[in-house]
Amino acid sequence: MKFQDLFLIRHELLLTLAALILIVFELFTADNRKKSIVPISLFLLVLVTAIGILFPAKGIAFGGMYQTDSLRTAMKAILDIAAIIIFLQSYGWISKKANQGKTTEFYILILSTLIGMDFMISSGDFLMLYLGLELATIPIAAMAAFDRYKTNSAEAGIKLILSSALSSALLLYGLSILYGTTGSIYFEEVKLAFKPEPLPILGLIFFITGMGFKISLVPFHLWTADVYEGSPIAVTSYLSVVSKGAAIFIFTFVMYTVFADVSKVWSQIIVVLSITTMTVGNLFALRQENMKRFLAFSSIAQAGFIMLGILGMENQGMASVVFFLLVYVFTNLAAFSVVAAIDNQTGKENMADYNGLYKTNPKLSLIMMLALFSLAGIPPVAGFFGKLFLFSAAASNGYYWLLFIAVLNATISLYYYLRPVRAMFIEKNDNPIPAFKSDIYMRIGIGICVAGIFLTGFISAIFEYFISISNLF
Amino acid sequence: MNILNLLVIIPLLTVFGIAIAKDMKTVRWVSAIGMFVQLLTAITVMLLYLGIRKSGVTDEMVMMSDHLWFKTLNIHYTIGVDGISVAMILLTGIVVFAGIFASWEVEYLQKEFFISLILLATGVFGFFISIDLFTMFLYYEIAVIPMYLLIGIWGTGPKEYSAMKLTLMLMGGSALLIVALFGIYYNTEFADGTHSFNLLELAKQTMNADAQRFFFPFAFLGFGVLGALFPFHTWSPDGHASAPTAVSMLHAGVLMKLGGYGIFRIAMYLMPQAAHEQAWIFIILTSTSVIYGAFGAIWQKDLKYINAYSSVSHCGLVIFGLLMMNQTAMDGAILQMISHGLMTALFFALIGMIYSRTHTRMIHEMGGLMKVIPFLGVVYMIAGFASLGLPGLSGFVAEMTIFVGAFQHADIFYRVATIMAISAIVVTAVYILRVVGILLLGPIKNDHFLHLKDATWYEKISTITLLAAVAGIGLFPNWLYQIIFDSLEPIVTKLATVL
Repeated sequence: MKFQDLFLIRHELLLTLAALILIVFELFTADNRKKSIVPISLFLLVLVTAIGILFPAKGIAFGGMYQTDSLRTAMKAILDIAAIIIFLQSYGWISKKANQGKTTEFYILILSTLIGMDFMISSGDFLMLYLGLELATIPIAAMAAFDRYKTNSAEAGIKLILSSALSSALLLYGLSILYGTTGSIYFEEVKLAFKPEPLPILGLIFFITGMGFKISLVPFHLWTADVYEGSPIAVTSYLSVVSKGAAIFIFTFVMYTVFADVSKVWSQIIVVLSITTMTVGNLFALRQENMKRFLAFSSIAQAGFIMLGILGMENQGMASVVFFLLVYVFTNLAAFSVVAAIDNQTGKENMADYNGLYKTNPKLSLIMMLALFSLAGIPPVAGFFGKLFLFSAAASNGYYWLLFIAVLNATISLYYYLRPVRAMFIEKNDNPIPAFKSDIYMRIGIGICVAGIFLTGFISAIFEYFISISNLF
Repeated sequence: MNILNLLVIIPLLTVFGIAIAKDMKTVRWVSAIGMFVQLLTAITVMLLYLGIRKSGVTDEMVMMSDHLWFKTLNIHYTIGVDGISVAMILLTGIVVFAGIFASWEVEYLQKEFFISLILLATGVFGFFISIDLFTMFLYYEIAVIPMYLLIGIWGTGPKEYSAMKLTLMLMGGSALLIVALFGIYYNTEFADGTHSFNLLELAKQTMNADAQRFFFPFAFLGFGVLGALFPFHTWSPDGHASAPTAVSMLHAGVLMKLGGYGIFRIAMYLMPQAAHEQAWIFIILTSTSVIYGAFGAIWQKDLKYINAYSSVSHCGLVIFGLLMMNQTAMDGAILQMISHGLMTALFFALIGMIYSRTHTRMIHEMGGLMKVIPFLGVVYMIAGFASLGLPGLSGFVAEMTIFVGAFQHADIFYRVATIMAISAIVVTAVYILRVVGILLLGPIKNDHFLHLKDATWYEKISTITLLAAVAGIGLFPNWLYQIIFDSLEPIVTKLATVL
């Protein structure tokens, strides 16, 4: 190992450093001054993100275990931005009295999952992928149980840890079969040695299953709704955007590189998973009354749409997936921010509570509407472009019937995305949620999201950049 | 800068102006002035277009400009117009202008109302100037979605239900369009192996015949839903009945025309062979639309439902004319789009005005209105005559041309379909005269009606604008006929190449 190798993993090292700084800070601060931890952790994360974007690393370290290039750097930057927005929107919740003794923990846990995800994204072999995945998952279970005085939060934690243990077991089983049949765990060597025979294919299927749990594809989604509902909103949004995004990225990446030669095999699996995920996610979302559960099922359905992009193969497919993830970060976090703002203020999180919201809180309602339109893929907001590029990717490979099912699902999804809009704008309410003003952090966070929702679609340079760096084929 | 850009920029500026306006009066006037300027721009575009054609330019589209947007997918922001789109732009300008004055009395969330209304109009204008299929689709969806809020918030009756039904059905239609859009895109390959969304470029190529057969129904039905093609018309009666006045005007007057426009501009133009092969299915459907809509209107008691069903019938005639695929019938179909757009907008405006006075739309509860509100009564009668195709008004010109064109087909199938469609005219006369008789003539049924006031100044502006246009086309049809006829040339030629 050379010193330059350490320099290559600087993004991960800096994140580790930031987490360590927070630990030290925690030790030397009095309890009543813990609030200053928020701006400090925010500052550290912004700094790391900026360094990551401005001085991108490129190269291979540790004998191929670790790889980084523009595409992976871009993905890490997307996750960092999402984490920054979550830091901003969680301020109101974390500074509540109940969380006073554990403010720092929240930030340290988030940073450590980010480190895990970054290693996972940068992995060059299956071992690194697995380690990164575990490092990314286990702290989230702790975070899910953060409101430990609430039963359903504790339940969310235990559900998450158990289901991710199961999925890790499946993943490991698949990886060991792959290792057994190909004799290697390195991506490039597995690619060369992989033969489309029953046993290696079984390994591939287990790999897809394990990742399917993380991405919460149907039928591996059963943990999602309960965990999303029970966790604090900051954690829910983190789960649905960041941890899902990272898993989708590496999944797409591995499919495109390692298993590129057997794409005929896995594309059939993906088609089925995509259809079930979209349809089941949509049908369950139709009747949800709790906003967090509602967004949970909506995010399951969105994962089904992303699978369409994976079918695109070629650089366009990769770029459309990454682009959609970026759009999804802004869109979903905007929706979650509004839910969080209202929850912080009133503790209400049911759709019926939103009745008449536009009368009292017009700005929040408009932002929520924008976010929902973007999720539904309605122009001129970014979700429209994101979804159309995914569709385009699938169509480029001739999956027109799948596209047809997908667009029908998009129409169904419009029904439930319009339900909160109806509640906020049309329904009458005698005692609506009173007018309130969110804290400054929340407003900055929402501001970033809204700017992202409007601009990412129209500025074609962003999508073109993703195309130019997705040179996998 | 291309003057066509103004057609999108002016409404957006108006929206911005409304957003920062302080009181109700300002909101109204900002919208009115904005849309007046928009109407003037539309007229200017028409004059410029006539000037360009006069100077001997024979390009398919003129006033074009092109900006590359997404390089990899070859998506451009391309705009340009031909005679048909210019006519549609003018129609939209007139209807939106009249719509603003027809909604002068909206008080509940007034700002939001005008913003949504004008955003919708922006989508329509953008749709008509687009040449690139991608941007066309983008504008199309922008035009559809404000409808949900407009009906849901400001509507009457079962408004949530109607708004949701309308939105889902129209978005379902646009879902089919997405499939067609990418089908056309990926199945038309250029010599250098690239793909394009540019309508004019695509029309120069010939799409693979199998792909045409597969994607033509997607494109046709996608637009057909918006054009209220039987059996996908069910959103229309409910939606129109629940919508506030200006929204019904704009929706029936302009938005439904997007369907007809897309059918010949995209579905038939780019997939001529499939169009010929599958025309018979759709001719059956549209003939049904025409008859069904007319009979549906006979049984209705609510003025808005009558007009909504009548729209189904008239819009069916539009698609019917297009499917005849000869220059005369298609010209008539497009004239019918414009004529029906103006006429139905006028109808809905009048219904709104009558409703705001009588607080009922049931024809049996009203009577003798001619005596108390003569201005509105007379205008209603004229609109009715236009609708049943009285010579001298726009309806006659359009329907006559469609049927003259339709009779050029000599085989028995076309003859039967044409005769069925023509018979709907008789039914139209029945329901129009019935309404006029009950509503306007006869004794006054309710003493309360004796104190009704006739049209206010803003209502007069709204109705007279539309009425003038209806009469204008009826009396001087030839210039419009000619503009459209010339612009249909490339489309008809392309359709004829596969015969």
